[in-house]
Amino acid sequence: MSPAVTTSSEATERAATGDVSSATASAAASAAAVAEASGPQTITMAKALNTAMADAMEADSSVLVFGEDVGRLGGVFRITDGLMATFGEQRCFDTPLAESGIVGMAVGMAMNGMRPVIEMQFDAFAYPAFEQIVSHVAKMHNRTKGAVKLPMVIRVPYAGGIGGVEHHCDSSESYYAHTAGLKVYTPATVADGYRMLREAIDSDDPVMFMEPKKLYWSKDQVDLGALRAEHAANAETGSSSEGRAAVARPGTDATLIAYGPSVPTALAAAAAAAEEGRSLEVIDVRSIVPFDDETVCASVRKTGRAVVIAEAHGFASVSSEIVARVQERCFHYLAAPIRRVTGFDVPYPAPKLEHYYLPSVDRILDAVDDLQWEN
Amino acid sequence: MTISADHEAQGLADARPDDTEANDQASEVRRKFGISVEDYMLPARHQIQMVNPSGVLKPEAEQGTEPGHEYPIPGDAELMAAYEQLVVGRRVNGQNSALVRQGRMAVYPSSHGQEACQVAAALCLREGDWLFPTYRDAVAVMSKGVDPVETMTIFRGDWHGGYDPTKHKVGIQCTPLTTQLLHAVGVAHAAKLRGEDTVVLAMCGDGATSEGDFHEALNFAAVFHLPVIFFVQNNKYAISVPLSQQSVAPSLAHKAVGYGMAGERVDGNDLVALLAVLDRAVKLARDGSGPLLIEAHTYRMQAHTNADDATRYREDSEVAEWTAKDPITRMTAYLTDRGLLDDDGSTRIAAKAEAVASQLREGLGEDVPVDPQNLFRYVFSTPTPQLKEQSALLADELAREASSQKEAGK
Repeated sequence: MSPAVTTSSEATERAATGDVSSATASAAASAAAVAEASGPQTITMAKALNTAMADAMEADSSVLVFGEDVGRLGGVFRITDGLMATFGEQRCFDTPLAESGIVGMAVGMAMNGMRPVIEMQFDAFAYPAFEQIVSHVAKMHNRTKGAVKLPMVIRVPYAGGIGGVEHHCDSSESYYAHTAGLKVYTPATVADGYRMLREAIDSDDPVMFMEPKKLYWSKDQVDLGALRAEHAANAETGSSSEGRAAVARPGTDATLIAYGPSVPTALAAAAAAAEEGRSLEVIDVRSIVPFDDETVCASVRKTGRAVVIAEAHGFASVSSEIVARVQERCFHYLAAPIRRVTGFDVPYPAPKLEHYYLPSVDRILDAVDDLQWEN
Repeated sequence: MTISADHEAQGLADARPDDTEANDQASEVRRKFGISVEDYMLPARHQIQMVNPSGVLKPEAEQGTEPGHEYPIPGDAELMAAYEQLVVGRRVNGQNSALVRQGRMAVYPSSHGQEACQVAAALCLREGDWLFPTYRDAVAVMSKGVDPVETMTIFRGDWHGGYDPTKHKVGIQCTPLTTQLLHAVGVAHAAKLRGEDTVVLAMCGDGATSEGDFHEALNFAAVFHLPVIFFVQNNKYAISVPLSQQSVAPSLAHKAVGYGMAGERVDGNDLVALLAVLDRAVKLARDGSGPLLIEAHTYRMQAHTNADDATRYREDSEVAEWTAKDPITRMTAYLTDRGLLDDDGSTRIAAKAEAVASQLREGLGEDVPVDPQNLFRYVFSTPTPQLKEQSALLADELAREASSQKEAGK
């Protein structure tokens, strides 16, 4: 698989100045400007996610989209742009401003034949819904021995790097990954934005769909027609990339394991390392739950060295889980202890401080340098 | 409440000239009931009580009804079917408490004293309608048609639920307070989007009205104009905390008006009034009047569960007061007086209750072996690679244990 992620320099620039609103408006404009032409075209992840929902709604009338501001406005990030206009106010609608209500109502709808795709406006705004997610979304299938399935997707714009104010930049994936019964997906490429959201909507199990908000404006050349065909073919054969990690960049000397917003950073680090003559393989985890031990461990066994990269606090996190799993399975292949580059164990910092907090190319390269090369 | 309905409704229209939806609602209420929308939404000034604690039908003027809040007496067949369930429910509560004492059930939150609420909540619904119960509503679950032993499985301790919620349209016996009210809203919303006329009744207690999901559920149901009946059994205690420490609202039913829905108060130990009020609520909801909030005044006669000691927080004299208001003695007297119930009928119903009790004793008395592999089977539709690994680990552990036991036995 080729490295498919490109981070738009324009968006990065805006993020650095903390200008979220103009970046948001621009994402909407660029999403709207894309024609439904076939063949490869340059689109944003926002457009890929939007198209995935539109296609799923078109294919299945039980797919509903609701949340805060997702209707007329099209969501604060414009990810649901145009869905209400296209599918009507019964299929895409705004709810009262109450996250537990949104998730709890979605549970009931899923119990009664619908496939809700709901939006939590920001990572930290999802916390009022935590009880519904942990006590019911995650447990209903198990508690009823599979009699009640909850085919619902909870979309969570998450993580930082956009210069957002407090409560707008949390990396909350570990809370969900720690809860048995939830699938946790996080796309890092434009194509995966489409591919993985379609898979999440198709899933009979509830999926926490963690969308790296700093990648909403990342662009790539994708062929939506080909992605649609791939989805249709997978539905027929029952095979897909669901639950699998991807090799985002092949390499031989060490493995960088990253997911979501950290994948482009890891790719940039690998590109910089290549200039210094070091070949780093980058693994895009894609699906945190279920976790693809096979792909991750195959890479580490090959390279013998690994660095895990994540924006979230490192303590008791997805990154610590990955280190533990790799260590348990690859100990005898390791030339050095596995290193981690994660956010510090501090509350997510204010915009002017976030670049100290976020995993950076330099910090990743320092960690790579530390992998006992002289042995 | 002496302001004329016309005057009140007109005032509302004047105050919000652009709000056509509110105007529509006001004129609809005026047309239907001849009262203002506020008088429709506010509960009647007193709880609705049709049969007094001695079993005597009260004169209509003393039933607590008001214009727009009138309730016809339910039909004889409905009353008799409900009475039968009432007697069965009391027997079930007694039997389950005994099974707990014998160690056959881990815990049982008894609805002793609240059986009239339990029965009415289930019987006011049609077959396709949904019921969303709490952990204390096992009698309501059974009354909706769920097998008694399947209903009690959750308390036996071999799984967190014993029945298929979709089969009888009965949600799980929900433990986290009021979270199920939102599921009820979602079920009703899905049905409405498909054009079905399903009504959903969601149960909770007085303490639960303090929870955030109570507010969110009522508001969502009102905003989306959904046919959900929120049925609050006000049994006066949340474990040990009395109602006065949960709310200082004039009544819990008064909370309805704040959401733009109708509320009503009813004597929760008067099965006749409960059926009358809930039947009307179901009819209104099915006809498209939106959600309703019904508060039933009742009393938790026993401790919160067998693990609780109620003498630490309430007086015996208070319990005795409520013994005198028992829903069964009152209903027995009323039906006997009406000539609907005689000795033969009583004997037949007692035998039915005894049959259910014996079904429970047999079903819960037998030790059903648990399958440890069920731990992994239902977490997801298809187990993840991680769960398959863990399932193999446990299987291996059990196999080694079995073989070493076999060795030891040789």
